[in-house]
Amino acid sequence: MTNLTALTIATARDKLAKKEFTAVELTQAHLAAMDRHKHLNAFIAMTPDVAVARAKESDARLASGKSGALEGIPLGIKDLFCTEGVQTTAGSHILEGFVPPYESTVTQKLRDAGSVMLGKLNLDEFAMGSSNLTSFFGAVKSPWKAKTRSDDLVPGGSSGGSAAAVSGYLAMGATGTDTGGSIRQPASFCGIVGVKPTYGRCSRWGVVAFASSLDQPGPMTRTVRDAAIMLKVMCGHDPKDSTSAPMAVPDFEAVLGQGVKGLRIGIPKEYRPDGLNTEVAALWDCGIQWMKDAGATIVDISLPHTKTALPTYYIVAPAEASSNLARYDGVRFGQRVEGKSLDEMYSKTRAAGFGTEVKRRILIGTYVLSAGYYDAYYLKAQKVRALIARDFTEAFEKVDAILTPTAPTPAFGVNDPQDDPVAMYLNDVFTVPASLAGIPGASVPAGLNSDGLPLGLQVLTKRWDEETMFRVCQVLEDAAQFPFLKVTP
Amino acid sequence: MSLDKATVRRIATLARIEVPEAELEATAETLSGILKWIEQLAEVNTDAVAPMSGGTDLKLPWRSDKVTDGGQRDKVLANAPDPQDGFFGVPKVVE
Repeated sequence: MTNLTALTIATARDKLAKKEFTAVELTQAHLAAMDRHKHLNAFIAMTPDVAVARAKESDARLASGKSGALEGIPLGIKDLFCTEGVQTTAGSHILEGFVPPYESTVTQKLRDAGSVMLGKLNLDEFAMGSSNLTSFFGAVKSPWKAKTRSDDLVPGGSSGGSAAAVSGYLAMGATGTDTGGSIRQPASFCGIVGVKPTYGRCSRWGVVAFASSLDQPGPMTRTVRDAAIMLKVMCGHDPKDSTSAPMAVPDFEAVLGQGVKGLRIGIPKEYRPDGLNTEVAALWDCGIQWMKDAGATIVDISLPHTKTALPTYYIVAPAEASSNLARYDGVRFGQRVEGKSLDEMYSKTRAAGFGTEVKRRILIGTYVLSAGYYDAYYLKAQKVRALIARDFTEAFEKVDAILTPTAPTPAFGVNDPQDDPVAMYLNDVFTVPASLAGIPGASVPAGLNSDGLPLGLQVLTKRWDEETMFRVCQVLEDAAQFPFLKVTP
Repeated sequence: MSLDKATVRRIATLARIEVPEAELEATAETLSGILKWIEQLAEVNTDAVAPMSGGTDLKLPWRSDKVTDGGQRDKVLANAPDPQDGFFGVPKVVE
């Protein structure tokens, strides 16, 4: 029964309906795989009791013909989503032991659709990172190995546990969240599909906040179809999130076979800077050829403010984070370090509870919002953000979708020196612009570099047009014939 | 802009994060490096550009002003480090 973990969500869904195996068997196969691959450190908490109980309920519903869209499908949940009665840490010491008395909207929707929660997945602390190295609960290791080096590689981040679990067959799919690339970059590093929908598609209610104007949940899966199935369940209007869009949810799966014939695909010249990794550039050229072969028209475009996106992001995101993370004060939840005064208790609690990168971003955010600097930094960044969004609006008058690399490099080593924070920030150079503009983006595994490591291509479309995005993704997936990892027994 | 130790001390106080005296210098250096990098934005002409303050162009919705939740004291206090008689316990603030 071990090869049950190799199935896609779509196939498992059909086989469960035909009673070829039970939801409990499917869940147990995944729990066994999680146990065998503990060394990856993909999970902060495994929840086998919850999983088996929910799988039993799924089997009962399958037997009575009342099954949901994800009935019996075992999923991992990024530990940024609050889960009722199950510890939620955001990868931070400050939230260690926090047990939410409520369920996030997205995970509630996944539960209501019959899915089975396997556990809570590791991430960079408060989703701040591109490597999963900043988690208080330790680095996640990618299941992938390079041909020329034997050391462990990072899965990317911040949804690193999600990417490692899905690519390593520990979960059929996982939730991620993306603020500047945290779904798409780890999807690229681990050779899976990652979708960041339009800002407002998925409710942020119950998701631990990092940067509220950028945060957006999305699915991480091994196939484009699975991402379409999962996203349909995850999104939809939620009155509890004032930025959640009151819009109908399209049937993303229904458009997958429509191809790209007649579509105009934009290739932005700014995404090919001097010195771009030659294998990344070559794979991008490959993707352009696949689009042409499938009948799309290639259009050269310009997104002139691309190079301003990262510095803009590193004002906007830390500013919002410094405000959002003010709530960790040692009073209402989480860790506390006692002090003689209230202020001393706050300062000691936050010094002990937050890791280096989180503190760094809170301090930067506090500085750019402080009196005398607000206009020069924060207001300036909000204006440049408007220009970045306008670049995309103007581009989408000429093209239906944009194709770019997802990340500038393949995965790097867990133990590679990481002295310069700005060098780490550059991982998100191709993903941050779409985050700032609020448009949807997806990463599709497109090939391996000469060292045998996955590289992804990114598809961007205009707001609320995930359907065109999925059509392009499906054509990329079909053309790429990506060599997934083998399931280890 | 290069931050000095005094500025780091000030923003650490504003952020309520204790930074030990011995770490102020190194923190100032790291933060200055990041700020120097983000200051390239000064070159961008943003005259007559309206700031983008959120991730969406949808209008914020209105709802009727009525109580939709409440009466959950025990759940609210369940994760508190120092719950006391139905309240959050904190160090003494008033003499």
